[in-house]
Amino acid sequence: MKPARIVITGIGLTAPNGNTLAEFRQNLLSGVAGVETFDVRYMGTLLAGVCHYDPLKYQKKKEVRVGTRAGSISIYCAREALADSGVNFEALPKDRVGIYIGCTEHGNVETENEIYNISKFNYDTKFWSHYHNPRTVANNPAGETSLNLGVTGPAYTIGAACAAGNMGLIHAAQMLRLGEVDFAICGGVSESIHTFGIFAGFKSQNALATHEDPKKASRPFDKARNGIVISEGGCLYTLERLEDAQARGAKIYGEIAGYHVNSDASDYVLPNPTRQAECVRKAIAHAGLTPQDIHIVNTHATATPLGDIQECEAIRAVFGEGCPDTFVNNTKSFIGHAMGAAGALELAGNLPSFDDLTVHPTINVDDLDPQCALPGLVINRPAKAKRVDAILNNSFGMLGINSTLIVKRFVA
Amino acid sequence: MTKDQCKQVVLDIIADIAPDEDLSNLKPDVRLRDQLQLDSMDFLDIVMELRKRHGIEVPEADYMQLASLDSCAEYLTPKFTALGK
Repeated sequence: MKPARIVITGIGLTAPNGNTLAEFRQNLLSGVAGVETFDVRYMGTLLAGVCHYDPLKYQKKKEVRVGTRAGSISIYCAREALADSGVNFEALPKDRVGIYIGCTEHGNVETENEIYNISKFNYDTKFWSHYHNPRTVANNPAGETSLNLGVTGPAYTIGAACAAGNMGLIHAAQMLRLGEVDFAICGGVSESIHTFGIFAGFKSQNALATHEDPKKASRPFDKARNGIVISEGGCLYTLERLEDAQARGAKIYGEIAGYHVNSDASDYVLPNPTRQAECVRKAIAHAGLTPQDIHIVNTHATATPLGDIQECEAIRAVFGEGCPDTFVNNTKSFIGHAMGAAGALELAGNLPSFDDLTVHPTINVDDLDPQCALPGLVINRPAKAKRVDAILNNSFGMLGINSTLIVKRFVA
Repeated sequence: MTKDQCKQVVLDIIADIAPDEDLSNLKPDVRLRDQLQLDSMDFLDIVMELRKRHGIEVPEADYMQLASLDSCAEYLTPKFTALGK
């Protein structure tokens, strides 16, 4: 039996350069980056991608106070996605709704906050918050969303480092195909900019971007790239089986065509282009496509000197010179690295290409690194495509987890 | 500290932990939980804020003393006085 066809019917997002898909897309086509200066505890003023959505649009003040930033971002994105989907959510059986949210990490923010808090009381742990445990459990963002929406079906997070955004979608598609749920809210979120540890960790790794102009700091593929801009953000989708979406006359953004997830098993932090290429090839095969059928490759590249070259090596190995209609781009050049949200946000930024046949560029490339000079790389200005039938989205993470997701134009 | 001042201390804490609530018409002799959306974690917040802001400890056996503004004032005012406040 052929597996059920799974389609995207709604998108809700907050990115450093937009709080709706329309605003985000417009800024990607207009070259508007969203990186700014940001004060980090113990470290001073650094660069980060900061979201400026209104948490009180869907939460009470008390919910914002008691909950986490990742929970708040998740609730905003979930509510926006549901509104966008046009589904009559009140009428859906809530035990048949699943919430699957990818996270790079969760709990660091609240733990750091509490240690800072008790430092003001001579480290006396009787001042440690009773909210610490519900705030730091790994399922927190999904759990807060289930509370806000009254969803009683499965709601949990998927920890997959910076591959997590793709993983949320992949897992949701699998659960829909298994018949575990009938409606899925899925994607990825990140609150990482509120923990100093991630900044300090990348700085100690010599992988934290610096630039006198914040908006030029995230520069994948440029010779002068010097590391990652850390960002917060979120992007959640509504996924449904095709027949359900069609039965209610839903707008369809695209169809999940194929995916693959694998592991490098080679290093804690260094990518492995052989395994990356394998992940991309297997995703294309899973979709029943060939490399020539892929018209946009959205790269994971984070602007680390070595990582970009290794991903380019993987893409070159798969697509070579024989894919004249394949464009390659990068979204982190606009918004930095949104960690667990990255894959989901970067896919969303490209989905409108099915309709407008325009490929957003990678910006901030003043001097292209020859080792990153891929055929079809869209630099600094959008490109017009003859056709966009399939978008391939790469997201890779530490400990060597790779995820590739392919979405194709919906054709009934 | 007077009992009215003590009630204001508690009201200031509640204003922070229940920011969506209208506190202008709270009846001092009625249970707070009957007038506001407060759960057990919120009451732990009141206990924590009394500890943090004023150095006052409320043992678990005495939590019932925080039921209403009047009972808060009866219970807490001597504690503030004992601390010289």
